[in-house]
Amino acid sequence: MKRYSAFAIAREALRFHSGWERAWRSPAPKKRYDVIIVGAGGHGLASAYYLGKNFGITNVAVLEKGWLGGGNTGRNTTIIRSNYLQDPSAAIYEKARSLYETMSQDLNYNVMFSPRGVIMLAQTHHEVRGYQRTAYANALQGVETQFIGPDKVKELCPIISLEGPRYPVLGGLWQPRGGTARHDAVAWGYARACSDMGMDIIQQCEVTGIRKDGGKVTGVDTTKGAMDCGQLGLVVAGHSGVLAEMAGFRLPVESLALQALVSEPVKPCMDVVVMANTVHGYMSQSDKGEMVIGGGTDGFNNYTQRGSFHHIEETVRALIETFPMISRLKMLRQWGGIVDMTGDRSPILSKTPVEGVFVNCGWGTGGFKSIPGSGWGMAELMAKGHSPLTEEFSMYRFREGKFIDESVAAGVAH
Amino acid sequence: MSTRLATGGRLIDHAAPMTFTFNGKEMQGYAGDTLASALLANDRMLVGRSFKYHRPRGIMASGAEEPNALVGLGRDGQFEPNQRATTTELFDGLESTSQNHWPSLDHDIGAVNQYLGRVLPAGFYYKMFLYPRAFWKHVYEPFIRHSAGLGKAPQDRDADSYEHFHVHVDVLVIGGGIAGLQAACAAGRTGAKVLLIEQTAHWGGRAPVDGGVVDGISVDAFTQNLIAELDAMENVTMRLRTMGAGVYDHGYVLGYERRTDHAPDMGGPRHRLWRIRAARTITATGAIERPLSFSGNDIPGVMLASAVRDYAVNFGVAVGDRTLVVTNNDDGYRTAIALKNLGLDVPAVIDARPAGGGALAQEAASLGIRIETGKAVAKALGGKRITGAAVCAQAGTGSVDEEIECDCIAMSGGWSPVVHLWSHCGGKLIWDADHAFFRPDPARPPLGAEGQGVVMAAGSANGALDLAIALADADYAGRKAAEATGYRPKRGRPPEAEQAGEAPILPVWQMPEGADQTLRAKTWLDFQNDVKVTDVQLAAREGFESVEHTKRYTTLGMATDQGKLSNINGLAVLSEALGQAIPATGTTTFRPPYTPISMGAIAGEARGDLFQPLRRTPMHEWHEANGAEWEPVGQWRRPYCYIQGDETPADAVTREVTAVRQSLGLLDASTLGKIIVKGPDAGQFLDMMYTNMMSNLGIGKCRYGLMCNENGFLIDDGVVARIDADTWLCHTTTGGADHIHAHMEEWLQTEWWDWQVYTANVTEQWAQIAVVGPNARNLLEKFTDDDLSAEAFPFMTWKDVTLNSVRARVFRISFSGELSYEVATPAGMGRAVWNELLAGAEEFGATTYGTEALHVLRAEKGFIMIGDETDGTVTPQDLCLNWAVSKKKHDFIGKRGQQRSHLCDPKRWRLVGLQTLDGSVLPDGAYAATQARNANGQRKTIGRVTSTYYSPTLKRGIAMGLVENGPQRMGEVIDFPMLDGTVQQVRIVDPVQYDKAGEKQNV
Amino acid sequence: MLMLKCPYCGVMADETELSAGGEAHLKRFGPQSSAEDFEGYLFARENPKGVHVERWRHVNGCGKWFHAARCTLTLEVFGTYSAQVTAPPQDIRDAIRAKHPDWRWRDMA
Repeated sequence: MKRYSAFAIAREALRFHSGWERAWRSPAPKKRYDVIIVGAGGHGLASAYYLGKNFGITNVAVLEKGWLGGGNTGRNTTIIRSNYLQDPSAAIYEKARSLYETMSQDLNYNVMFSPRGVIMLAQTHHEVRGYQRTAYANALQGVETQFIGPDKVKELCPIISLEGPRYPVLGGLWQPRGGTARHDAVAWGYARACSDMGMDIIQQCEVTGIRKDGGKVTGVDTTKGAMDCGQLGLVVAGHSGVLAEMAGFRLPVESLALQALVSEPVKPCMDVVVMANTVHGYMSQSDKGEMVIGGGTDGFNNYTQRGSFHHIEETVRALIETFPMISRLKMLRQWGGIVDMTGDRSPILSKTPVEGVFVNCGWGTGGFKSIPGSGWGMAELMAKGHSPLTEEFSMYRFREGKFIDESVAAGVAH
Repeated sequence: MSTRLATGGRLIDHAAPMTFTFNGKEMQGYAGDTLASALLANDRMLVGRSFKYHRPRGIMASGAEEPNALVGLGRDGQFEPNQRATTTELFDGLESTSQNHWPSLDHDIGAVNQYLGRVLPAGFYYKMFLYPRAFWKHVYEPFIRHSAGLGKAPQDRDADSYEHFHVHVDVLVIGGGIAGLQAACAAGRTGAKVLLIEQTAHWGGRAPVDGGVVDGISVDAFTQNLIAELDAMENVTMRLRTMGAGVYDHGYVLGYERRTDHAPDMGGPRHRLWRIRAARTITATGAIERPLSFSGNDIPGVMLASAVRDYAVNFGVAVGDRTLVVTNNDDGYRTAIALKNLGLDVPAVIDARPAGGGALAQEAASLGIRIETGKAVAKALGGKRITGAAVCAQAGTGSVDEEIECDCIAMSGGWSPVVHLWSHCGGKLIWDADHAFFRPDPARPPLGAEGQGVVMAAGSANGALDLAIALADADYAGRKAAEATGYRPKRGRPPEAEQAGEAPILPVWQMPEGADQTLRAKTWLDFQNDVKVTDVQLAAREGFESVEHTKRYTTLGMATDQGKLSNINGLAVLSEALGQAIPATGTTTFRPPYTPISMGAIAGEARGDLFQPLRRTPMHEWHEANGAEWEPVGQWRRPYCYIQGDETPADAVTREVTAVRQSLGLLDASTLGKIIVKGPDAGQFLDMMYTNMMSNLGIGKCRYGLMCNENGFLIDDGVVARIDADTWLCHTTTGGADHIHAHMEEWLQTEWWDWQVYTANVTEQWAQIAVVGPNARNLLEKFTDDDLSAEAFPFMTWKDVTLNSVRARVFRISFSGELSYEVATPAGMGRAVWNELLAGAEEFGATTYGTEALHVLRAEKGFIMIGDETDGTVTPQDLCLNWAVSKKKHDFIGKRGQQRSHLCDPKRWRLVGLQTLDGSVLPDGAYAATQARNANGQRKTIGRVTSTYYSPTLKRGIAMGLVENGPQRMGEVIDFPMLDGTVQQVRIVDPVQYDKAGEKQNV
Repeated sequence: MLMLKCPYCGVMADETELSAGGEAHLKRFGPQSSAEDFEGYLFARENPKGVHVERWRHVNGCGKWFHAARCTLTLEVFGTYSAQVTAPPQDIRDAIRAKHPDWRWRDMA
């Protein structure tokens, strides 16, 4: 792999950039792989990457129905934070956040991780108590957060209005090392690194069946032919339920539409990420200058990647109360993604009833920020059979009533 | 130079001059101008700087597709960045500023980027700025952020207002060009309810500019006839300045009306968002001309040929004195002819087609215009303004035949139907190789609620570029749409237009065909985002083969114009680089809105005080007038405490708690939820709803009840009163009233629908006043002769009592451990009773108290609070409330859930009282931890604080919390690590820290 | 932006009048049920890419719950019907099977 650097760019400039090689190979599928990962989104590619990097397992294929990174990895609001309340969540999201800090250097690909800080606003007394609780929990979990007062909120984010007529800003939970990253680059960077380790990323390849022998997985049928495998990882977000049915078990997930929008770009006016859970909206400014805005999910099962417009209205309305200046900005584009929601809104990283089949899904609205941690844990789970990062996220927790419920502190938006 | 012609301009009024400013410089225009036409009339060619290289950019188009001419408009609370000059109507006093440059538009330091262009190829930022790591946050990213962005961010609160409209129509026609007018007419004639919207300020679209003859009259006259006919139809509504912004599921369409942008003094809402439900929608959204890809095609003075024609015909503006036309289709000749007819110089038409054009070309030739076929522009010459063009053979590599002097280049690369609205909601496209464009595939339209096609495209938006075909197509669409909604079109023939004999287009994606690297590196595809042909080719070479990858890697089509000019050209370059046909590459997804719409319009009226309704109790005004510190609780505001004089809130709470404990306090408890449950099966139903038994509650009695969800977790609590044989009144928490009522209804309607039970949420029908403290009975006795003695009115009963003349329902219940009555009166009497009780209470030194004192009082007594002790993961057993969970009932909501292994785990955290060894107040949310760590390196926690207060009664901190196996560890001291690194030592005690025997309430 | 006809009040209700309530016709499992059945009842939802039978409430309207059969890929609605039934009525099934002949829902015949 040719390394990327400013020098490489200067060198290539002299020959009109004719020497750049493909970022990832586009190979024909082999007959057999030790591990097949279904889904070349961020989570699938990261799972493959850490299988290779941490465990030396490189006879790996990553199969993708469409184009790599074309699902939720490329259609989220790119927020990275780990200020979660419950221990298992804090562990995996903090692992992810810390890996994001060094990802650009690790992958030799600038994913533009921008640790600009994340504020979660407290706008009711209940939220104040909830976030104070989270701050105490985070201190014991090794996650650096702080509960800050309204003045500090205003100092960090001058465009905020503290005196909304309905919900005044009473403070916020501040995670200075949270931030954003360039979502596409995360997928591309992992893909390039996986390809470089000899893994096959096979795009336009849809899995049509899962082969088993005596309760153990033996391979997959795809639109590009059959492939054998020792282990199979299903990492396909909103489409997990469909693949699980193919393997012969049911996942406790439902697929819903989650929407986001961006404004036209303007010069820098906001240096932090702000989330307002009471009113269900969050906003940050991209490096291009767009205000990137997200809200809550639609309530009904939906695979269309289109949401209902009244959610956009509600989100924008809430954010105008919080940031009055955005009223005169214009919405440039809105879109939707399909998220998979579990019974407790926390993910599933788990063995399954089919031996050799592992599942990584249910990230709901929190998928992007967890990509490296999820990949790290999934790789460990597949390579060693267990991982402290994934242990509590078993799909069997629902039977025991052992939920990982993040909605308890305040709000659920990501 | 660019000038105003002495005469002409069908849209402007020479008699109505207007003054406006651009970058502070005063300029003149006319009523009817757009800001773009007025700027051109003042020879303002350079109007902005591009996003990446800060290249000088001029106006390129005359409509919504404009990528370059973005300005900041207005000032202060009416400042708006990134407004397209081409869609901004001029008004007297308009103030505009250019964007994205420093220090000035004409001298921009950022323009140095264009000389670095070679080291800033597509995706360069993914490959550099990697080292040292800390530099990204502190050096590189701030630099990139400041050079990116476009306009300045608004600073102030928006001074304007916005509103939403709701309409239902049979047929919505989007686009008021000739096709839209014809379609609306055809539909309207059937009697169908029609809404016709047009994004510009004029009907007719470009047909009057392009000319032609319909039914024997000029197209302009024909259009006027259609408008007049539509105007006269009562079933047709027409709106100008209203854009079809997005098409959504089930026939939902967003219209965006810019009501006062052109007349800021008009008053009323600035923008209006139309929320339209249409049985059928016709997209008559026209087509957009494509630029041609030649070197230097971004220099100010290079313009779409149709735009040059628009400025001349509509606004009487000659963009150049000498306009070179370059084209690959016949339409370009229209511009040449129009300019020539206005007496302007057209040095040549450069036609890439070896065989040249059809009838229009002949007409141009007959006007004496020089025509060069099979030729191309090798390179546009000039810096901040076009000075000429180097001409070469299209088939070659760009060896220059001659240089033609000119100050404007009008280019036409063919037309692309506007398929955005068709595509928003799933309509599919097909590639039309004859015309080199994507057009709607009528076999795969967007589907409605019944699976039927609900959108039809018409006119040039449907690929019918020829006037005759477009009119027939639109007529058909209008009739079909009306027919589909139940109306019967009358027979009649569509209007007939003379068909122009056009020669076919020659798709030209690079000019000249074999342009070398140097030329391609200066050939722009996306003008705003600075994406060049070489960038797309690089992306393809690096494996970004999907059109979505290429878009994201190069940023092609991601600017504020969303690729209206660049998408097809970029797609063609990508397809060529990949060696595949254009349809195999496919398009990116079209997403709403068509052009950007204001956030203000999206929010509508619901801002400020109207953002969410505020619920007020009958006593709300009294609280407000008497020092209430408000606490938002759901949509209610409740007094947190009442500040007197110089008190701090903490002082006030102490005073209020002390008054209640020592004498008397009054609380507005009206927000508490009150749900009537009535019917022969009401008892059975409540036994399912509550964990404890409610069916056996005696009439006149009250019982504290707990409600769980199916998972077994506590969701609400409150006192239930049996009113009569088949009526219960269930009190809920303030926040719970609505969702607990919904919860009850859900079970009744969807599970036990055969049970005869009715519920009614009567929360707002009653005002409720808690009269609390040792003097509570004394106060009430002043107002009634009814017997309130402990014997006649014992604890946990209720009674109808007449207070003076008001009949009240009084509950003897207590959330404070004091003698306490909750007095419920009809809401309309609440304030009067409140006033009377207050007046009567004066002699007892009584106070009103707020939610915080309420919390302190209940915490002193160890009473739990939903939302404090519970968080959705806590069971009644966790709170040691087993006494309120029936063992006898075979079923209730949550019983099965509570049997699961994790919920009966003996190591669950359970409720205890917590007392700091030093008497201080424990901080809210603190966790108890041991020194152990789990496999993820996290400290092991063994408990947490759920409520914590300073107790004025006990004069020390009190707290409640959940601790692992807590009730078995009474007296044990555990560690609560503080955030500053210290440790707070805390003793586990009984949650009831005051009057454990309950003597105070049993009097 | 869906529109569903409320079978109680007859109103063609905009989505803003409605709230979604998840899968319809769930069989409740109570205190005597097995761990598997109870888990299935609370969590194992049908999540088809295709026709979904679901609950809605006309919350900002008549307040009644009702059922709908709707395709999650196209949002096509095959009809709405009473909440007080344990399976989709025949006319709804017919409407679905006219377009999706192989449609099945759990163990319904």
